[in-house]
Amino acid sequence: MLRYTLSRLQSLVLSLIAASIVIFLTVEIVPGDPASYMLGLNASEDTIAALRDQLGLNVPSYQRYWNWVSSLLHGDFGTSYTYRTPVSDMIRDRLWISLPLAIYALFLSTLIAFPAGILAATHRGSFTDVLIMGFTQLGVAIPNFWFAMLMVLLFAINLQWFSAGGFPGWENPLLAIKSLTLPAIALALPQASILARIMRSSLLDILSEDYIRTARAKGLTRGQTLYRHALRNALIPVLTIIGLQFSFLMAGAIIIENVFFLPGLGRLVFQAITQRDLIVVESVVMLLVFAVILVNFAVDIAYAIVDPRLRGG
Amino acid sequence: MTLLSIKDLYLSIHGTKILHGLSLSVEASQIVGVIGESGSGKSMTAYCATQLLPTGSHTRGEITLDGTNILAASEKTMCALRGNDISMVFQEPTTALNPVQTIGKQVAETILIHEPRTSKADAMERATEALKRVELPNNQFPLSRLPHEMSGGQRQRVVIAMAIALRPKLLIADEPTTALDVTTQAEILLLLTRLVREDGMGLMMISHDLAVVNGMADHIHIMQRGRIVEHGPVKTLFQTMQHSYSKALLAASAHVPDRNPPNTETPLLKVQNVTRDYTLPRQALFAKRGTFRAIADVSFTIHKGESLGLVGESGCGKSTLTRAILGLEQIQRGEILLSGEPVFTDKKSNRAVRRKMQVVFQDPYGSFNPRHRVSRLVSEPLHLLDTTPVDSRDRVVEALTSVGLRPEDADKYPHEFSGGQRQRIAIARALIIKPELIILDEAVSALDVSIRAQILDLLAELSSVHGLTYLFISHDLSVVRSITDRVLVMKAGKIVEQGQTDQVFDTPTHAYTKNLIYAAPQLPANVRTMI
Amino acid sequence: MVLLNNRNIVIGAALTAIFVTLALVSFVYTPYDVTGVDIPNKLKKPFSNGYPLGTDHFGRDILSMIMVGARTSIAVALVAVTIGMALGVPLGLAAAANKGYLLDELIMRSNDLIFAFPSLVIAILITAIFGPSALNAIIAIGIFNIPVFARLTRGAALSLWQRDYILSARVAGKGPARISFEHILPNVTNLLIVQGTIQFSLGILAEAGLSYVGLGAQPPIPSWGRMLAESQTMISFAPHMALFPGLAIVFTVLGLNLMGDGLRDIFDPRIRRDKS
Repeated sequence: MLRYTLSRLQSLVLSLIAASIVIFLTVEIVPGDPASYMLGLNASEDTIAALRDQLGLNVPSYQRYWNWVSSLLHGDFGTSYTYRTPVSDMIRDRLWISLPLAIYALFLSTLIAFPAGILAATHRGSFTDVLIMGFTQLGVAIPNFWFAMLMVLLFAINLQWFSAGGFPGWENPLLAIKSLTLPAIALALPQASILARIMRSSLLDILSEDYIRTARAKGLTRGQTLYRHALRNALIPVLTIIGLQFSFLMAGAIIIENVFFLPGLGRLVFQAITQRDLIVVESVVMLLVFAVILVNFAVDIAYAIVDPRLRGG
Repeated sequence: MTLLSIKDLYLSIHGTKILHGLSLSVEASQIVGVIGESGSGKSMTAYCATQLLPTGSHTRGEITLDGTNILAASEKTMCALRGNDISMVFQEPTTALNPVQTIGKQVAETILIHEPRTSKADAMERATEALKRVELPNNQFPLSRLPHEMSGGQRQRVVIAMAIALRPKLLIADEPTTALDVTTQAEILLLLTRLVREDGMGLMMISHDLAVVNGMADHIHIMQRGRIVEHGPVKTLFQTMQHSYSKALLAASAHVPDRNPPNTETPLLKVQNVTRDYTLPRQALFAKRGTFRAIADVSFTIHKGESLGLVGESGCGKSTLTRAILGLEQIQRGEILLSGEPVFTDKKSNRAVRRKMQVVFQDPYGSFNPRHRVSRLVSEPLHLLDTTPVDSRDRVVEALTSVGLRPEDADKYPHEFSGGQRQRIAIARALIIKPELIILDEAVSALDVSIRAQILDLLAELSSVHGLTYLFISHDLSVVRSITDRVLVMKAGKIVEQGQTDQVFDTPTHAYTKNLIYAAPQLPANVRTMI
Repeated sequence: MVLLNNRNIVIGAALTAIFVTLALVSFVYTPYDVTGVDIPNKLKKPFSNGYPLGTDHFGRDILSMIMVGARTSIAVALVAVTIGMALGVPLGLAAAANKGYLLDELIMRSNDLIFAFPSLVIAILITAIFGPSALNAIIAIGIFNIPVFARLTRGAALSLWQRDYILSARVAGKGPARISFEHILPNVTNLLIVQGTIQFSLGILAEAGLSYVGLGAQPPIPSWGRMLAESQTMISFAPHMALFPGLAIVFTVLGLNLMGDGLRDIFDPRIRRDKS
């Protein structure tokens, strides 16, 4: 297990290095000089040069990359070109909305998808199966931000059960969770549909395996066979999808925040794009990619817990 | 009292009739062999007895197990019976075990399911006991083993341990040794026989191979198309056979094609001191790669017009050797010469030499690209010529005719043919380039005995008509004996014995060869005179 | 015909055909001009005189905008799938043919790397640099499609490489490139068609998302996503502005997905065996 973990850890670090290089190079090719952009058209050559120096833009790119990465490792994300405040502070506040939202949505999606997928697989071909599969087909086709708008129309404007948007802060956790509920449902619906379909097909694959027949020949009932042999093994492909979904949820959260006017990472990054505040874009993208890579690492570890065959090698 | 009694059983699945009025019985302490070719309904008979039939099945008739009417029993009753009174062992040990559960847990589960009051520790204790009975002692095979850490034979033992943990009255074994090597097969058959004798249970032994069952069964039933066509005690059955099908089956099992021994001693293929190493995948990022020696210092010669057998168990290096001879893989040391010319020169395989060799593989289903027509499939080796011959269509027709197919078959797709016909197409493909040497890599192993006999006859005929030379690779000793002049015995990448086929089989000198020949299931010695 | 016996394919193809037709017709005819502003006729309810789906806050006809929007959505998704296939499939074939060698390792690791950037994040990076446009949306979605097709192709090709007919082709003296083209590619086409329809539908969804947040097609080119974005502030008194573009997306995606499912049922031999 230790060896497996170490080898996964090694690929985690390599992916992070590769990703950071890609991001750095992409931002590097941007035309224009951030210092002159920040100071406006009337700035003198000297002040621009001084600011370039201050921003560390006057050294060769490989050194700038190194400076960027090493300060990232210290939690220093640099200074926003537009706001002149540390990017790490800006991100920290926003993260407290975006991260809980993604986790909340992942939780909902799993909670809906597992029973639905299992029910559909065990009642293959029945009315229940057709109904569940019909719903998931629709769930996959509905854009989450549109679904969010419809929910706002119904639950916030017409029924007035929820507020239409905004975030009250975490001082009152219940209120905070309530304001994240509609966004989380909107995010979870398509993901739950995908996950339920994967769960169903993975379970059906496993149920046709020889060892399921062996278990039945031992005297296990259908229910016991499902619970003791099929479910755990069916989880293996499902875990991959859950891992992938987290990255979709983080990205999806960026769009959904727009519908609900949540001051999360998404709003931050769009402001930054319009203001061409590249250091903020760069940092947020790096953070998102870091989250994705980290979750994939966690999925790899979860694999080994579910499938002991991986632990040896 | 009869343990298992099946009377006048009819089975249909989604309206397709599988069994037509089948009757058989198994007594306690009795081994009953059920023989049939693929599609005869022998496995479905077993699933009827355990009520593990696929959905859409419909049964009629009577099955009683120790007084219990199986066909009328509820699913709950059946769950209580399965694993407790009636157990099963399946064909494919590699997939019959849950890959992510330890063997201890899987064996103990049988006990815990039926005796829920047993403590976990007791169940584990009894699982150890059951594994010991199937010769997997705890000190070598701890309960914490996972299936993938064991060989096929060992896994089959675990499956048997699960089946006999509660000492059932009846054990049904569905082709339990078909996927295993000869020596492993012999061990498993011996084990099953011992367990029957010790526990006094009944054993229904399902197989496609008369020889396998002949060695152990008390009573044999022969099935054809959902019916028992012949049955009787094993001692007298072969003499008293009446039904034309069972006679034909026996004849096919013991079939020896007519062949003329080669009249020359001109060497065609020379394999000299060949060694092939594989690099193993890295264990860690910067670790040094290990190597595995698949063939070690192998030398032999095939003469023109000869049929040379190569026998050995899985993993002995047969396939690697085949690929090396065909010039598909480079060897590390040694030389392979065909008519004096090297197969591999300057790191490139020699096309001129490769034109003189072709191959026929085992699997009649995986050997053809399903999207190509027969004409395109058969003409593929013509690619080895520098220019496509203008008469390629004529050549295809000629090749098809010579293997007993019709010219119009050229425009069909492979899925329109049966397994035996596909193997004929594969032979036609090998013939089209008029090779001197054909490598037959388990070419008849996947076929039913009656089809196998036909293909062997075809091969014998082709070799005399076209003066072909064969390298006949097989794990099946009786087939090798019937079609080869000389034989090589391979073990762990080395040739341990070679000589005239009859001589090697009658008086083997190497311990491994002796083992192999002793382990091979055999029909009664006088069977040829019986037919 | 097998295709017509499958209900999913019939319904799916019909839905898809409707929107493709709308998109094609929009090149020669739309009921109204979609670039013009017609304030007197703003916010007309659906089924009002001459405006079957109503008008928006600038008085533009929503049906006309959906027709032209279909053009944008379908074009973006289609080109993105084409990019993904054109680059991903050869990479996957090459990786499978060189399994265990450096090339395979290189291709697969770069795929993993792209997977770490969700398509929206790629779009954010690209727009941050080149500014938002339909072309950049295509590139972002297209890049994301490459590893999808590369992995699928490699996985399927690897199992095909184990078949005896590949060995036969090698015995016939054929090289890896020729074998990939002659024997592997034709046998993975089914899978690619199924995945292609699914990526197409995902592309429509992604394009809608990107234009909703302003990273896709820019005004005055109409797109379904931006129509939804513009409707948002008016949803309480003009819900029809949000309803119809949304339904257009749902039906197009649903159509493509149904078609993909149906094709998979037909192509997958396991399912066929179950039914026979």
